[in-house]
Amino acid sequence: MKVLVCIKQVPDMESKFKINANGTWFDENDLAYRINEYDEYAIEQAVQLKEQLNNVDITVLSVGPARVKEALKKALAMGCDDAVHIEDEQSSLKEPFQIANLIADFAKDKGFDIVFTGMQSQDRGSGQVGIILSELLNMSCVSTIAEFEYKDGITVKRELEGGLKSIVKVSTPVVLTCQLGLNTPRYPTLPNIMKAKKKELLTIASTELFAVDSSYETVNFYHPQKSGGSLILEGSVSELVDKLIVILKEKTSVL
Amino acid sequence: MKLLLVGEYREKKLLNVTYDLVGIANKLGADKVMVASGYESDLPKFDGKLYLANANDVGEYNPNIHKQMILDVVEKENPDVIVFIHSSFGWDLAPRVATALKAAQFTEVIDFKDGSFIVPSCNSKLRRELKSKTNKTVITIQAGAFAFSDESTASPIVEKITPSNTSNVEFVSYEEAEAKGLDLTKADIIVTAGRGVGKKDNIPIIQALATKLGGELGASRPVADNAWVDHSHQVGTTGQTVSPKLYIACGVSGAIQHLAGMKKSEFIVAINTDKDAPIGEIADVLIVADVLQFVPALTNKL
Ligand SMILES: Cc1cc2nc3c(=O)[nH]c(=O)nc-3n(C[C@H](O)[C@H](O)[C@H](O)COP(=O)(O)OP(=O)(O)OC[C@H]3O[C@@H](n4cnc5c(N)ncnc54)[C@H](O)[C@@H]3O)c2cc1C
Repeated sequence: MKVLVCIKQVPDMESKFKINANGTWFDENDLAYRINEYDEYAIEQAVQLKEQLNNVDITVLSVGPARVKEALKKALAMGCDDAVHIEDEQSSLKEPFQIANLIADFAKDKGFDIVFTGMQSQDRGSGQVGIILSELLNMSCVSTIAEFEYKDGITVKRELEGGLKSIVKVSTPVVLTCQLGLNTPRYPTLPNIMKAKKKELLTIASTELFAVDSSYETVNFYHPQKSGGSLILEGSVSELVDKLIVILKEKTSVL
Repeated sequence: MKLLLVGEYREKKLLNVTYDLVGIANKLGADKVMVASGYESDLPKFDGKLYLANANDVGEYNPNIHKQMILDVVEKENPDVIVFIHSSFGWDLAPRVATALKAAQFTEVIDFKDGSFIVPSCNSKLRRELKSKTNKTVITIQAGAFAFSDESTASPIVEKITPSNTSNVEFVSYEEAEAKGLDLTKADIIVTAGRGVGKKDNIPIIQALATKLGGELGASRPVADNAWVDHSHQVGTTGQTVSPKLYIACGVSGAIQHLAGMKKSEFIVAINTDKDAPIGEIADVLIVADVLQFVPALTNKL
């Protein structure tokens, strides 16, 4: 069975974001990057399936600038077999439809049975790439899966609101987008990290793949104005403790 | 301008968030057409037209069937914007419909301005203002962002439709959440551990503060997913919705799904090392400090 996992590198969400010069995205310099949280669940699910079935070959793919090689190496160290880097220095300015078209062009003749992606990225939060990819490749798709089982076919649980889930049966080829808590992503072991370092990455320039025009423009990208409603307290811990106790006594009935 | 609103039913009931769709249409001053797979026994009230498929026949949600149902109505009505709620239903369907229509799609719209739609990014720390270049636009709207309280008494003109019933995924059944071990909805004080607490071994620090205050321990989703705390303590969209007198969020960033579960708390204290954490937007007091230092010091002083 052939499995594709699509991953993205995102900055740490606790970063101080600066807006880039033309006001379309954040300045990508001086940020610490890691694998998008949701995509780690996608990698882990693919590796668990391989451990269950043995005959699984996992390709991990990322569209992005040179730095995403680091994310691909980590995915290899977690247990993926091959890595594909679709090199695109401008990827952060591309919209989900454009990214999905690049991936679809790469994947269309490779016969993937299952494609795992994260349900959304932490930076854009668009939640579109996996689903658009399924439409472009004419595969079925279940999004936001919180449980996965492979046994006489595929059964997944899709997370709805308020604790409700829906149980869905689906056959291959299928795209599954992964929700938090689907599994526990493993830490790569040192020997596997060393092995992954030696593996070749296949690099394809995005310009060699099918490109589509953007369907929208970013008019502005900005820090929202603070509502100013909250009191922000800074200082030494003991001062802060005293101040908070005074506030709780004044403003609440609990102390 | 004409909007096609995609209404939602769950377990035979019209979802209340469907009125958020009416809310955005009113705010934009647009004509309203709605499409839903639902039940005649519980129809939405609004002044417009409703295309209604029978959910008994085609299911409350099936991506292939519902996509085609919406595309058929788009063809008849030619709307400018197709609006979904940003829900498990909407975010799954919107990209499918957008791809079929070759239309721009914006996710989790919170506002609009001069023909652009505004969406959050980076955990709500930033905003993007986006303008569509296609003649149709597909959007999902953040639940609550266009809340519409003044419920109309108008009735829509209903036209029944029969979508085709073929799909490559099979809906088996719903599964309810396991019986909740803990009822946080009745707690007066909740002290919540977020991922900023660092590891499972640090949970007792947060629990100690909760105990000292006579309150309960809450958890954000990653804390529950990582099994640092049982799932029954989770607050948020996929956890419990609470409204205590005091909510103390320890190392919680303030993602929209967490806020949805606790923003009605009477008094909110957040402890976070990041002064810009989005939780600061709704907290009454944001203490900029390391929870591992601040929380034990506070517990000691109480
Ligand atoms: C469909 C869906 C449903 C969801 N449902 C829920 C839900 O019901 N409930 C929920 O909570 N989430 C839910 N989420 C997840 C949500 O989007 C966030 O991922 C989650 O709320 C983040 O949890 P957190 O704030 O604990 O962690 P993070 O976002 O990682 O934030 C950690 C915070 O801790 C701070 N911090 C770090 N170290 C320290 C320290 N030493 N001292 C003080 N502060 C520190 C950081 O500055 C940061 O602000 C859902 C997501 C999706 C997509």
